[in-house]
This record gives sequence, C-alpha cells and structure tokens, in this order.
Amino acid sequence: MDTFIQQIINGLVLGSIYALVALGYTMVYGILGLINFAHGEVVMIGALTALTVIKLLANSDLPGTLVVLIGLLAAVPVCMALGFAIERIAYRPLRLAPRLAPLITAIGVSIVLQQLAMIFWGRNYHAFPPILPTSGRDIGGAHITDVQIVIVLLAVAIMAGLMLLVNRTRLGRAMRATAENPQIAGLMGVNINVIISATFLIGSALAAVAGTMVSANYAIAHYHMGFILGLKAFTAAVLGGIGNLPGAMLGGVLLGLIESLGAGYIGDLTGGFLGSHYQDVFAFFVLILVLVFRPSGLMGEKVAERA
Amino acid sequence: MITDRRKALMGMVLIGVALALLPFLVGKGLGNSWVRVLDFALLYVMLALGLNIVVGFAGLLDLGYIAFYAVGAYLYALLASPHFGLHWPVWAVLPLGALVAGLFGVLLGAPTLRLRGDYLAIVTLGFGEIVRIFINNLNAPVNITNGPQGISQIDPVRIAGVPLSKTLEVFGIGFPSVYLYYYLFLALTLLIVFVSIRLEDSRIGRAWVAIREDEIAAKACGIDTRNVKLLAFAMGATFGGVAGGLFAGFQEFVSPESFGLMESIMVLCMVVLGGMGHIPGVILGGLLLAILPEALRHGAVPMQQAAFGRVLLDPESLRMLLFGLALIAVMLYRPAGLWPEARRKREFLAEKAK
Repeated sequence: MDTFIQQIINGLVLGSIYALVALGYTMVYGILGLINFAHGEVVMIGALTALTVIKLLANSDLPGTLVVLIGLLAAVPVCMALGFAIERIAYRPLRLAPRLAPLITAIGVSIVLQQLAMIFWGRNYHAFPPILPTSGRDIGGAHITDVQIVIVLLAVAIMAGLMLLVNRTRLGRAMRATAENPQIAGLMGVNINVIISATFLIGSALAAVAGTMVSANYAIAHYHMGFILGLKAFTAAVLGGIGNLPGAMLGGVLLGLIESLGAGYIGDLTGGFLGSHYQDVFAFFVLILVLVFRPSGLMGEKVAERA
Repeated sequence: MITDRRKALMGMVLIGVALALLPFLVGKGLGNSWVRVLDFALLYVMLALGLNIVVGFAGLLDLGYIAFYAVGAYLYALLASPHFGLHWPVWAVLPLGALVAGLFGVLLGAPTLRLRGDYLAIVTLGFGEIVRIFINNLNAPVNITNGPQGISQIDPVRIAGVPLSKTLEVFGIGFPSVYLYYYLFLALTLLIVFVSIRLEDSRIGRAWVAIREDEIAAKACGIDTRNVKLLAFAMGATFGGVAGGLFAGFQEFVSPESFGLMESIMVLCMVVLGGMGHIPGVILGGLLLAILPEALRHGAVPMQQAAFGRVLLDPESLRMLLFGLALIAVMLYRPAGLWPEARRKREFLAEKAK
C-alpha cells in the first residue's frame, strides 16, 4: 500500500511536468494543425540554460530557492526566443506546403538543436547542485519532498493562468478564433501571424518551466533529454485529445500515473519477465492504443479528416 | 530505332562494366576501406529504396523504418551464429527475414493506417523505439537478443559453400572480402531497383500515388486504400528486412546501437534529399549521404586542426548538424528534393503559385 501511494505521488509529479510540455504541443496543434516536433528540444534547452545559470550562482550567498528562480527566469526568455525563431524560420514559409514538409523541417530543427546543445554543453550529464531544501513530509507511509509539492502547485497555477488567458482575454479569443478558422479570423481583423507567434512564445515559456522542473526533480540534465520527454508529452496531448487544453493537462497527469504505476508493478504482473526498465515502453503503448481505439482522445471532439 | 536500342544497350553495358570495375578502381586508388564504404552505401541505397515505397510512393511518413532493418539483422544473427548454435544457410535466412519483416510491417500498419499522416509518423517512431527497447532488454530472464552487448561471431554470407569473408582467388585475380560483398550487394540493389521500377508503373504503384495525392479521392475511385497502404508498408518492410540480413552477415556483429532513431532519420533524409518517389533521386540521396560522412571524417578533422589547431566539432556531430540543416534547407528551397520526379516538381510549383 505504501509503495502504491508513493507511485501515485511520483506519477502526479511526473504527470504535471508532462502536462506543461503537452500544453505546448496541443496549443500549436490546435492553431496550426502541426506537430511541433522540436518542442521537446526547447524543453531541453530550457533545462540546460536554467541549470547553467543555477550552477554559476550555486556558490553565492543567495538562498537556493532564489537561485533556482533566477535560473528559471533566465531560461524563459531564451526558450521564448527560440520558439519564436523556430516558427519564423522553419514553419512559417511552409504554411501552404503539403503536410509532410513542415514535419520534416521540424525533425531537422530538433536534430540541429540537439547537436548545438551537445556542442555547447558537451555529452556529459549535468548534475543539479544540491541547493534546494531536501525537507519533505510523509503521507500514509509515502514520502513527498517540498520541491515536488512546489512543482505540482506551480504547474496547477500555470495551467489555471493559461486557461484564464485563453478563455477570458482578447488575445485568448483571437487564439481561439484562429484555431477555429485562420482565414476567417484574418478577415475579422485578427493578425494571424502575431497570434501564431504568441502561441509559440507561450508554449516555449511553459517548456522552459517544465525543463527547469525536470532537472530539479531528477537532479540531472543532458543534451538528449528532450526527445523522449517530448514524445511522452506528445502522447499525453494525444491521450487527452490534441488541440484541447484541459485534455492536455488530464492526459499529462494520466500518463504520469500510468508510467509510474506501470513501472512499479510490471515486474509483479509478468512474473518478473519484464522489469521496470521497460518504463519508456508504456507511453508508446498508450499512444498506439489511444490512436487505434479513440483517435480523438479522451476529451477531444471528433474531427473530420482534412483532405 | 535500331540505333536507339543499340545506344541504350551500349550504355547499359558501359555502366555494367563501370560498376563491375568500381571496387578495383576505388580499392587501388583510395584503399580497400573505401570499398567497405561503398558496401555500406549500397546497403543504405537498399534501405532508402524500401522507405521510398512507403514515404515516396504512398506518402506515409514512417519514422521507425529502421525497426524492420533490425528485425532482418537480428533474425539472421539468431539463426546463423553460435548464440543459439544454429547455422542456417543464407538463402534460407534472407527470405525468412524478408517475410518476418514484412509481417512486422503488417502488424504495425494494420492498427495505425487509419491515422492521418502526422499521427502515423509519431506512432511509427514509437514502434521503432519499442523494437529497440525490447532488443536492448530481452536478455533476461531468457537470453534471446543478448541485450546491449549484441550478438557477435555471426556466420558470414556463404554462396555455394564459399564464404564471402575471405579473399577469393579466381584465375589469379584476388577478390578481397569487401569486393565480394560489393558484388552481392550490387546484385541485390539492382534487383530492388528493378522491383521498384516495375512497382512504380504497376496498378499498385499508381494506386499508391493516388493515395499520396488525395486519399479520399482515391477511395472514391474504388481503391481499397487500407489494403493498398498495408501493402506499401509490408513491401517497404520486406526490403528493410533483406538489407538487415545482409548487414548482419557483412558485419558479423549486431547490437541495438545500430538501430536507433537517428538511423531511421538518416534513411528518411536520403529519401527526402534525393527526391521523394523518384528512384534515381533516392539512389543519389542514399549514395551521397552514405559517402559524404566518410569524406567528412577524412576531411573535417585535418581541416579543423589546420584552421583552429584543434578539433572543435567531432565528425559525428558535424554530420548530424549538417543533416539537420540539410533537411530544413531542402524543405524550404527545394521541397521536391535534389533530383525530383518531373510530376512531383510540377506539383510543388503549382503549390507555390497558389
């Protein structure tokens, strides 16, 4: 029972990070109908940028929490600039091209980002300096650290803010209109290019936050962390119904739970045949199952096939 | 008319002679390690032609193609190595590898082909990773794949009892192992080229193109889109399986490392850069991308040493960086590839004019 609660807690922490990344995928997909393959790499750059700043300040007299906050604030503009540039260079010129074209440039962008990160930060794993408080509390025999509590709360707060932004503000209304139909929205006086850029900026800012959270939670960051994280977050977005914001959050949390419970119990379920090193496989199986049985996701509407 | 045919025949004979002499020229001029590079280039051409059926003809973006290569390679490794003590002959293993890879293709295709293009890309990517993770981990509790260490001491390809791993003397001319494999790979590549060309002009090939252009319209014209797409998947997978088996026999060693996502992307690059759906273009893409990195390895290191006094970028990451940039640049400036098909070129131009 204790391990069960522990796995639930781990799943929730993991899930809220997935949810933040998944929001980036889902917002872009909702507006452009494009899978932003490079989003995972933006998360990676965010994590490494934050970590670099944090390492620089780790030996100063500033309190650890403040150092991490500064790192986060440094990562956000870097990622936003990156997201903006990616859209301008790789996606905007191809908006009218066949569907395969932007997908292929997206793969190209993620390879380039990964290699640049490798050249810049090296092949080594970067350890997160132990400056955050390690205090925590026990719930029903399971342990949750204060850092993890902050991660979950911060994720919830950001998601609530995003919902407010999308549903209550002028920008949000323009985003929803563009998602509905870009041409008509343009005719109604919405500057589509600005809206699309704004979407990438917001998504990338979330990616920076998520990246910092991942490296704080696992105390590690490296140049190829983005790929698998991006893939899982994409799975989360599809699970919830791609293009649907609450869906991405739900999908992220669910996927986190499935993964941690799955990895915790797969050994017992298969009589020791498959072990917890199959953790990464779960996301793919979930993805395939969802796409086969409910391609519109849990909360998505059924969309007609676009020719 | 007759002279035309004679000209064509002459051309074919000349190309044939050139291809037959190539390993000797390359081997004498640059050394036998470059013949080895040629062997790998031919393997990549086979893979690229296989993927071209899926991506180029049928327009289904497959990002996990290397999984079929892995299936072919591991099947060969398991059936012809001391690992299980089996030593099946190559002519039994290769067709079986093709068949099993084809089955995997159907297995993957059946549930996923209802999906739209970009979803399909992600699912195939996931499938490729699943295959790799399983190969990496299936060494406990029952040791099937020997895990990350891979399988070594695989039997070399034997034809009529002659192993291709040793120098063969014919009429006083010595054929080193890499030359022998070159001829074998060349023969199979030509076979695959022939099959591809025949497929392209066939009823099925035209059905694939119809689906690529407009799936709904193709369906309305009476094409059984699901089966035809499945066939594309299976056919592409089959080519991958054959290439995989050859790879295992040639290397005499396989490990999960050879079958990562980057390999899938490299093969995709070959198809995209060369010209999706255009067989000569794809062959060009395969050769270019297989040989250029080797040239980089030989050229980039001394050049950097001369310019900066040390190696700033190792050739491997330089190669990937260039691949990534090339993918972006080609899509932006030459979306139909370096050597596009005439029809495809018109389409992309029309798309631009819109």
